[in-house]
Amino acid sequence: MAGPELKAPALREYPTAPALQPDAMAGLKCYVANEKIQEPLGFPGKLADNWQDTHDRVIGRMGELLKKYCSFKVFMDACVHCGACADKCHYFLGSGDPKNMPVARQDLMRSVYRRYFTPTGKMFPSLVGARDLTPEVLDEWYSYYWQCSECRRCSVFCPYGIDTAEITMVGRELLNYAGYGQKYLNEIIGKVHRVGNNLGLPGPALRDTLDGLEEDVKEDTGVDVKYPLDEKGAEVLLITPSADFFAEPHIDSTIGYGKVFHAAGISWTFSSLASEAGNFGMFIGNYDQLRKIALRIREAALDLGVKRIVVGECGHAWRVAYAFWNTLTGVGAGGKDPFAIELQKQLDPRFKQPSHICEVTWDLIQQGRLKFDKSANDHRVITFHDSCNVARASRMGDYPGGQFDIPRNIVRAVANKFHDMAEDTIGEKTFCCGGGGGVLTDELMDIRVKGALPRMEALQRVVDDHGVNFMATICAICKAQFTKVLPYYGFKSGMVGGVHQLVSTAIKLGNEQ
Amino acid sequence: MTLFFAILFYFAAAVFVGGLAYKIVDFARTPSPLSIPTTPAPTSAPGVAFRMFREVVFFESLFKGNLWIWAMGAAFHFGLALVLFRHLRYFTEPVPFVVAVSQPFGIYAGFMMAAGLAGLWARRLLVERIRYISTVSDHLMLVLLLVIAATGLGMKFLFHTDVVGVKAFFLGLMSFDIQPLPAHPGLYIHLGAVALLLIVFPYSKLLHAPGIFFSPTRNMADDPRETRHLASWAAQLEKN
Repeated sequence: MAGPELKAPALREYPTAPALQPDAMAGLKCYVANEKIQEPLGFPGKLADNWQDTHDRVIGRMGELLKKYCSFKVFMDACVHCGACADKCHYFLGSGDPKNMPVARQDLMRSVYRRYFTPTGKMFPSLVGARDLTPEVLDEWYSYYWQCSECRRCSVFCPYGIDTAEITMVGRELLNYAGYGQKYLNEIIGKVHRVGNNLGLPGPALRDTLDGLEEDVKEDTGVDVKYPLDEKGAEVLLITPSADFFAEPHIDSTIGYGKVFHAAGISWTFSSLASEAGNFGMFIGNYDQLRKIALRIREAALDLGVKRIVVGECGHAWRVAYAFWNTLTGVGAGGKDPFAIELQKQLDPRFKQPSHICEVTWDLIQQGRLKFDKSANDHRVITFHDSCNVARASRMGDYPGGQFDIPRNIVRAVANKFHDMAEDTIGEKTFCCGGGGGVLTDELMDIRVKGALPRMEALQRVVDDHGVNFMATICAICKAQFTKVLPYYGFKSGMVGGVHQLVSTAIKLGNEQ
Repeated sequence: MTLFFAILFYFAAAVFVGGLAYKIVDFARTPSPLSIPTTPAPTSAPGVAFRMFREVVFFESLFKGNLWIWAMGAAFHFGLALVLFRHLRYFTEPVPFVVAVSQPFGIYAGFMMAAGLAGLWARRLLVERIRYISTVSDHLMLVLLLVIAATGLGMKFLFHTDVVGVKAFFLGLMSFDIQPLPAHPGLYIHLGAVALLLIVFPYSKLLHAPGIFFSPTRNMADDPRETRHLASWAAQLEKN
């Protein structure tokens, strides 16, 4: 990447809210999508030549969203500017830019809402901080709504539960409606529609990769572990982020998934049609895209006739799967309409649909169907990074908070050395990796590095106190982000890996002495 | 002045009730197409009710977020609640026993309320990041509430007013039989500020009061694998 070399902020021993540095990140702007990217998604190719047209398009769409989303409407009205969220965002903590405070990020939108949709804002704009929508405002949205990872940490602390992620999604939706889309996400969404996954890997390439995996595992363990693709009649359809097919360290977890199914004797398959768990439609807040991408999973499940749908290690994908799939695609239970019933009668009601791979593995461990050599992981001193969408937007298991316990239970079952990071940086208060929610693109590296600061500080403490040398996580974006960002803070990029990478290292495949 | 305040309070009450009813109906009618509780969240309706109770009564999330804001916010809100309860004596005849019993506590609550407001305002002025996010109306709202508290306490301790006459005025308003309002500048300011508060309520950040009950991250149960949430506009998409 061109430009001056990026420097990470210094780690602090006692992290507090930083002094404000107004407009510190104002210049940051990710690449804008061109017409070829925008139009296939149904968005205008570019900004209208006439500002009034853009203005009317945006305000018109805003009015529609206020009728469609209770969250948007209530969150616009309910904020009292108390400031409880102000020092909770990793991007603010890392950059000091006041517009990266959640409340200020919301106010970029709220100021416009007040001007056009409230009597006070119409009559006394300067009194209530209302402002007209201008080209400058739109640019400001573009800059700061692409400095939010939709991690929901602010929503934990808000007395009204205001979730900045919802506002950011609206902001991005309005920008798309203005013809001002982000290249990174919209280009990838196009690939999903054309090819089936974010990376644009076609079926034959997938088969090739999986053949390679089978050879590697055979060489490594002497066991024929299968990595099936498009196998009709398999019990389990595994949907995983496409990074799991080739990226490091993601692929080590993919190897682990296969070993778990092999050791438990469960028949399973990937799908080339639905070779992507990620759903970037959520990041841009567009219901149609979210739904259209998710429907590929329904189609694959019906086509392959599977009984269970399992999701691999991916944070936002698990949110979409756990919280949205039942609504969008009928993967789940309790549907009373023909659309939902068609799929739900095919799925095995004894299992939660969909299941997280960690739920599957933990169930098998509890049933005694998996055996481990924990000492195989003895070279690792492990900590666990809770991924935001798993922590604050979904669940695992039967009780609230199971999403924190189950991955840790697995790590403890397969390894001897485990230490958690500080209490206020894990669980529901976990800090984002800094790369989630659609900012995992090189031109945003500055804010990605700064946003990782709070997590890096917490990591440094367990490194110093316990000699931690491995940070396990269950999110493809976290893995990709940390691999890139860890070196800026003086850590090795290989420090990050998946939970099923640890499982893979320790699992016994039945041929041991 | 009596007539002015009588009309002002009828108007303020109408705006308050009408405006708030409109907003509440509007909130209630707007769907949540997707399941978005902030997790870990309760998995059942009684669990959600309990979570909401903790939010509304104890400000649970704010407690997690910032102890200073919580303490001052709690002092203000609990103080205000008790003060309002104490004021029921101006609207009831005979005065119910619990309202009569609450009278001395209501006085302490008045001070607590004022102290909480002063603390919140100090925070807005002194903490850099809170100052940054404060609009003019944020300051004015605190000034308005402080004026109400100060004039109220002032009439109790410094420049007394004819509370029997005040009560007669409000009982009269409620039965559409207008009685004279005692002439008293402190009382005029107090009542004027209260009327203004009622009028701006449905169009300002005071909507946080009804808003919390409609906040999807707090009022939705964590049950998306068992229940199919479908907004009516989203269901239309399945017909295509």
